[in-house]
Amino acid sequence: MRTKLLVLVAALAPVAAIAAGGEVRLDHANVDVSNNASLQRGAANFVNYCLGCHSAKYVRYNRMATDIGLTEQQLIDNLMFTGERPHDTMRIGMNPDDAKRWFGVVPPDLSLVARSRGADYLYTFLRSFYADPAKATGVNNLVLPGTAMPHVLWELQGVQEAVWEGHVDAQGNAQKHFKEFQLATPGKLTPEQYDSFVRDTVNFLEYVAEPAQLQRKSLGFPVIAFLIFFTLLAYLLKKEYWKDVK
Amino acid sequence: MGSTSKTATTGGGRLAALVGWIDHRFPMTKLWKEQVAEYYAPKNMDFWYFFGSLALMVLVIQILTGIFLTMNYKPSAAEAFSSVEYIMRDVEWGWLIRYMHSTGASAFFIVVYLHMFRALLYGSYQKPRELLWIFGMLIYFALMGEAFMGYLLPWGNMSYWGAQVIVSLFGAIPYVGDSLTEWIRGDFYISDVTLNRFFALHVIAIPLALVFLVIAHLMALHEVGSNNPDGVEIKKVKGPDGIPLDGIPFHPYYTVKDLVGVGVFLIIFCAIIFFAPTMGGYFLEHANFDPANSLQTPPHIAPVWYFTPFYAILRSVPNKPMGAALMGLAVMLFVFLPWLDRGKVKSIRYRGPVFKFFIISFAISFLVLGYLGMQPATPLYTNLARAFAVVYFAFFLLMPWYTSIDKTKPVPTRVTYHAH
Repeated sequence: MRTKLLVLVAALAPVAAIAAGGEVRLDHANVDVSNNASLQRGAANFVNYCLGCHSAKYVRYNRMATDIGLTEQQLIDNLMFTGERPHDTMRIGMNPDDAKRWFGVVPPDLSLVARSRGADYLYTFLRSFYADPAKATGVNNLVLPGTAMPHVLWELQGVQEAVWEGHVDAQGNAQKHFKEFQLATPGKLTPEQYDSFVRDTVNFLEYVAEPAQLQRKSLGFPVIAFLIFFTLLAYLLKKEYWKDVK
Repeated sequence: MGSTSKTATTGGGRLAALVGWIDHRFPMTKLWKEQVAEYYAPKNMDFWYFFGSLALMVLVIQILTGIFLTMNYKPSAAEAFSSVEYIMRDVEWGWLIRYMHSTGASAFFIVVYLHMFRALLYGSYQKPRELLWIFGMLIYFALMGEAFMGYLLPWGNMSYWGAQVIVSLFGAIPYVGDSLTEWIRGDFYISDVTLNRFFALHVIAIPLALVFLVIAHLMALHEVGSNNPDGVEIKKVKGPDGIPLDGIPFHPYYTVKDLVGVGVFLIIFCAIIFFAPTMGGYFLEHANFDPANSLQTPPHIAPVWYFTPFYAILRSVPNKPMGAALMGLAVMLFVFLPWLDRGKVKSIRYRGPVFKFFIISFAISFLVLGYLGMQPATPLYTNLARAFAVVYFAFFLLMPWYTSIDKTKPVPTRVTYHAH
């Protein structure tokens, strides 16, 4: 019984981007930039679903490929479609003026989005689209209400509807709270598969925001180890000299 | 001073001949002896005395990393943000140089704040070290300017709006305010022109002033001699050779001791660089990874942590000119400490309970104001900031009173030191 309850809670929890007083609670993305398989899936997701409208103009294809464990040939065969060269950065063909006309805003460059917004934000955002007939795109987003972005991944996730619960506050005004999402039309992926699809994509964005993080974390340990050794020597030297100070 | 006697100390041979040749033409050995090898420092200097040499080291780190950043950075509104990302991604070791510089900025303020607090604890600003203290304060002001100008350079959205907010403070000055802000920006808003001049000030004007001020600070220090945790003037008790009995040569004793401080500092410094270069948004703010956008403010504008105590004071005053004036006063009051302090002793070791109460409450108020300055200005936080601002100002403004009534303990004639 207790296990069942736990399973139920666990099943409800992931999509619980609960709107409490306007603040959306973000789900944990749990990304791991040292996981190359996840980064490679994320790169494929990114070029297939995001790169049409969003550039990542600071990201160089070949450096990215090397970092996530792909050869140049694998890069060209799997991740490059429109005649760029491997040393190019991830730019898009869409004209910003057209984009502005079509969407109302120019889709932002995603090179640094994981650093400015955070992985949890992106993970929650991509899982919080819901049907809203009042919107031109047919969808709204709980994390970024009124977003101009259509639900690009709807085929994969399906269409979910937001369930709201209402109450009347002390001033007598009706208040609407988000309760949960319900999957109205299932997509190609199960909810679990979709979550991991998003996680891989966000993991890739996390890497892309700071490619140097792979180097910096591995270099950190030897540097600190050397400094501890150096400090120990310096301390012994100090002790030796200060013996004369009475 | 003859130079013949000095050659003997460096041993015979060609090297000694070279040193002699130089010493006939430039006071190399003389400077080394006066400033380092025969500069007698009190033997009882404690933990708090590490931060002076550390501040000097951070200055060197900032200048060196700054030179290499300048080689790849483009000071124009169109290219600045991209050139920083170019440094982070395409320049060999660019990320390391950039993180050293950005972490160095925060580290500079940490060591300088601790260095200043040491002066408060041990009364290092008191006679005869008033000018030494004032040079130090000028270094601190230059550092604030340097940090502020430098923060605009990445041309992120927080750079942009932070500069907008701080420059607009000058607009609070009556009559000349608006013309003054326009003069600072060189434009009607923060623009390419502003970025360009801030770059010029950040890479040459202020660093040059900083270096000269540091030299003046050290010259003044070596003229009057270092204070110590007992606040005893070691020059008052000299041996027959004219050397203070409680003094030891800076080199090698304090050079090897400071080396330990350098080691510990670098462990922490590198841990931040390699494992948490943004320090969770405190050293590099999240909103600064969005490029500058004159049409959209970041969700919450806050200066970097080292300015937040003063920012909290500014925000706690409902009237903008008054707030700006109080903020300016909060920074400036340090300069007057040598004359506000009427205490008969220097060091906290011999001060009475009233001074101890005030200095502890000052330290707490500085930290709390620093925290509040980072938070959104809710009514509760604003009221808290007001209360702690009162505590902050009380430390300075009541100082002539509480230092003169305080019961002090007798000061020994020699420093207290236990050999270990």
